Amino acid sequence: MTELTTYKTTTPAEVSKWIATLPADEFPENGGLNVKVEDLQIAIFNFTRRNEWFATQNLCPHKQQMILSRGMIGSDGDEPKVACPFHKKTFSLKTGENLNGDECPIATYPVKVEGGTVYVGIA
Amino acid sequence: MKRIIVVGNGMVSHKFCLKLRTIAGSDTYEVVIYGEETWPAYDRVHLSEYFTEQSVDKLLMAPSDWYQDQNITLKTGQLIISIDPQQRTVLTHEGKTDHYDYLVLATGSRPFVPKIDGVEKRGVFVYRTIEDLDQIISYAKNIKRGAVLGGGLLGLEAAKALLDLNLDAQVIEFAPRLMPRQLDEAGSNTLKSEIESLGIEILLNKNTSKVAGTDQMAGLEFADGSQLDTEMLVISCGIISRDELAESAGLEKGARGGFKVNEYLQTNDPNIYAVGEAAAFNDMIYGLVAPGYDMAEIAANHITDQASKTFTGADMSTKLKLIGVEVGSFGDALGDTPGSIPISFEDKNSGIYKRINISSDKKHLLGGILVGDTSDYGMLLQITQNSMAIPPNPEDLILGTRGGQANGNTILDLPDTAQICSCENVSKGDLVDAIKSQNITDLKELRNCTGAGTGCGACSPMVGDIFSAQLKEMGQTVRKTLCPHFDYTRQELYSLIKVKGIKTYNELLDQYGEGDGCETCKPAVASLLASIWNDKILKQETIQDTNDRFLANIQKGGSYSVVPRVPGGEITPEKLIAIGTVAKKYDLYTKITGGQRIDMFGARLNDLPKIWRELIDAGFESGHAYGKSLRTVKSCVGSTWCRYGLHDSVSYAIEIEDRYKGIRSPHKLKGGVSGCRRECAEAQAKDFGLIATELGYNLYVCGNGGANPQHAKLLAGDIDEKTAIKYLDRFLMFYIQTAEPLNRTAVWLNKLDGGIDYLREVVVEDSLGIGEDLEKDMQALIAAYHCEWKEAINDEKMMKRFSHFANSDDYDPTQQFSSMREMKKPAGWESISK
Ligand SMILES: Cc1cc2nc3c(=O)[nH]c(=O)nc-3n(C[C@H](O)[C@H](O)[C@H](O)COP(=O)(O)OP(=O)(O)OC[C@H]3O[C@@H](n4cnc5c(N)ncnc54)[C@H](O)[C@@H]3O)c2cc1C
Ligand code: SF4
Ligand code: FES
Repeated sequence: MTELTTYKTTTPAEVSKWIATLPADEFPENGGLNVKVEDLQIAIFNFTRRNEWFATQNLCPHKQQMILSRGMIGSDGDEPKVACPFHKKTFSLKTGENLNGDECPIATYPVKVEGGTVYVGIA
Repeated sequence: MKRIIVVGNGMVSHKFCLKLRTIAGSDTYEVVIYGEETWPAYDRVHLSEYFTEQSVDKLLMAPSDWYQDQNITLKTGQLIISIDPQQRTVLTHEGKTDHYDYLVLATGSRPFVPKIDGVEKRGVFVYRTIEDLDQIISYAKNIKRGAVLGGGLLGLEAAKALLDLNLDAQVIEFAPRLMPRQLDEAGSNTLKSEIESLGIEILLNKNTSKVAGTDQMAGLEFADGSQLDTEMLVISCGIISRDELAESAGLEKGARGGFKVNEYLQTNDPNIYAVGEAAAFNDMIYGLVAPGYDMAEIAANHITDQASKTFTGADMSTKLKLIGVEVGSFGDALGDTPGSIPISFEDKNSGIYKRINISSDKKHLLGGILVGDTSDYGMLLQITQNSMAIPPNPEDLILGTRGGQANGNTILDLPDTAQICSCENVSKGDLVDAIKSQNITDLKELRNCTGAGTGCGACSPMVGDIFSAQLKEMGQTVRKTLCPHFDYTRQELYSLIKVKGIKTYNELLDQYGEGDGCETCKPAVASLLASIWNDKILKQETIQDTNDRFLANIQKGGSYSVVPRVPGGEITPEKLIAIGTVAKKYDLYTKITGGQRIDMFGARLNDLPKIWRELIDAGFESGHAYGKSLRTVKSCVGSTWCRYGLHDSVSYAIEIEDRYKGIRSPHKLKGGVSGCRRECAEAQAKDFGLIATELGYNLYVCGNGGANPQHAKLLAGDIDEKTAIKYLDRFLMFYIQTAEPLNRTAVWLNKLDGGIDYLREVVVEDSLGIGEDLEKDMQALIAAYHCEWKEAINDEKMMKRFSHFANSDDYDPTQQFSSMREMKKPAGWESISK
């Protein structure tokens, strides 16, 4: 089983390479996809309503399920969030923090869209 | 830094630690707990829930990392065997000593086991710990009959548990009545007949003289010469404080045991405190959790030199829970106060008995008993505890006013100091303040932030009433709005969407909502849009719950289940073979469901479309098991084969299932059709059920299995098939239009003003004049039916969704299965904590 420790939040400054994933228009509006980035499973979210992109680990820390990309996104006040489809634990898409419980935070990664392609940054 | 050792890690011990840590941090007091049991503190009050859930996790007072977070050392499985008060040390059963500055004894109590010949035999149990329950559960598997010794609060709870373990259960009580400390004879009689109607036999006036059998018990013998043929005995005859440590430490005991304590919970050694069921205050042992919590708080305050109230005793009012019969007893229930005047009311027909005792000057309520209907419990308890004035005709308190003028005692008349939740010590004032200062508009929020109603739950109705009354007073009406993004109820949104012709979630959010939505409003609106337009659910994929998004139920480990429709449970051999072939090919676990169809589990996301293509080619359709929609219409074999059958229940069930399949509703819907009164299809446990009669069918609605079973109620009798379908159309549509999200029909009916009679007026008599409209709306939904899977597999763009990775065809490498009884099962949950 994938260790949770495989996933570490990466800040824009720490990015050593940008990995091209998929054309932006393949992402559902206001929803996410799971992409394989080397050995990692990263959930990328196309938050159309806010005109923002987010990326997090796909692994939900609650019961270690590879699932977050299939979760619904939304907001809690102004905080963009994703809800795990299993037990509706919600995590901030910005900081990765668990908003409705005390699960450990999820790792977040920088995303950018260039030339119609979505890139995710890893350390 | 001072070192506090707590002996025992039960509910009160936990409360003590919690209170201590809110007063003082880990830099001033080091805390070490020694607990004999292997689990961290768990909720003993709700112990009986372990019979249904068997999950220790759910009972824990705090997650296991709480102690670490609070910097508290918890040593479980460690018994303290003696105390040396001079050295200030304790000795563990392993021979280790540990030093304290303050010692808190929270050792609780043990069940009292009367000296009866043979009680040591196998098959005799007590009822106190998780370990006891594990043993009872496993012993019960191989036997048919079990008895409980003791007809008190706990004994009755234990008897219900035995019943739930499918045992033939008896309760044996020495006294001439049940709950002798809380009820009088009339109350006991009413309770007895109510409990007997649940299927539990009650034997009063029985002095048990012997447990028969060799080394395994095989029955009971009584002093009057009679016998009882039973295979198990659960003893529930009261408690004895665990004060074994008193001798070694030279601590004084109360007259009936327990560590003798003063009003600060100190024993005669000022550095040693005792709390909970282990403490004896004025020779009294309090066998309830609320007084224990009180003690915990006072002791924590005293140790840390905080000003605090003192312990002055506690109220022993109680409500029986969990057993399906309502009983409450409060204050001076038996009228022991000199000169008190009893007023009672008895209704044998409905199984209700109420009694109140008023003071000789007729000004105050002293206490009372409620059996069969405890709706007034909270208010009466408050009137007693706060010495509130009672109405000139005190009988109004239990009978209600007859003749117009109100009796004056409403929730709003309660003084602010009235304690509402005794477990968490929350007063009315605390609740009102929280509502006002934090602008609370949600009951759940109120419970979370004040803790009220989170303990034994007895005060929940009152907390709800105060909440509604307070909001009303502040000029707010209590509307169940969807979530922070929509200030509308589900019913209001239903009308808005329909009238304004709104077709997408985004349109609705832009025009009537705010923010970006969330996991509450998205699926609720998705369901509304589907119920109103019956449009393809796959179109707006990201507002659907994952089950709807992938047209399959997600299971542990992220695999999905596949459930094709088998209308009425009728299936051809060819189709059975097709299911078998598909299941074998894709390595699926197969199981026959309660709804008469076949579930296939363990499908990988990438395989779902392939699986469904094969099933559709074999003539199957989506079973909508993933949706809040019609599941199955269960049928018995009916008049075609059954010698009792009156009508062809199978054909009718298939017709009904095909009629309503695919329709989205506030929650799932289940139906049933039985061919005669023997009811083999269990139609009365369904959202709608039809039972054949000589003249036609009886139509029942709003039944429910599951966690809160409820029998369906008769909507119309002896009607023909066409009429039944007309009523069903109206009933289902009315439910779809007016229910709150995720309310099953039973819950919806319980909230409907006027109940089943009102529903009958609307559906059968068409009192609102909307009958035809409801039928038309239903017709439109039926006409728009489509098999969602058929559409999905023919839409290439949609097919892309069924891949674990968007940029690779690989299966999820982390997905794991193991095997069980020749098939596969998902690997267990793994949990990670901070
Ligand atoms: C089935 C059931 C239902 C109940 N329902 C209700 C209800 O509805 N309402 C209500 O108010 N109350 C109810 N009660 C009573 C309530 O659970 C108790 O009042 C409460 O748990 C007492 O808490 P405590 O911490 O004093 O004792 P406990 O919860 O018994 O904890 C004491 C702990 O100390 C340990 N211990 C004892 N001696 C030592 C030692 N020497 N060294 C180390 N550890 C030791 C014990 O193993 C135990 O784990 C119920 C009890 C039961 C069993
Ligand atoms: S309900 Fe009646 S008709 Fe149907 S199988 Fe049972 S006995 Fe036969
Ligand atoms: S696995 Fe994500 S919330 Fe439980």
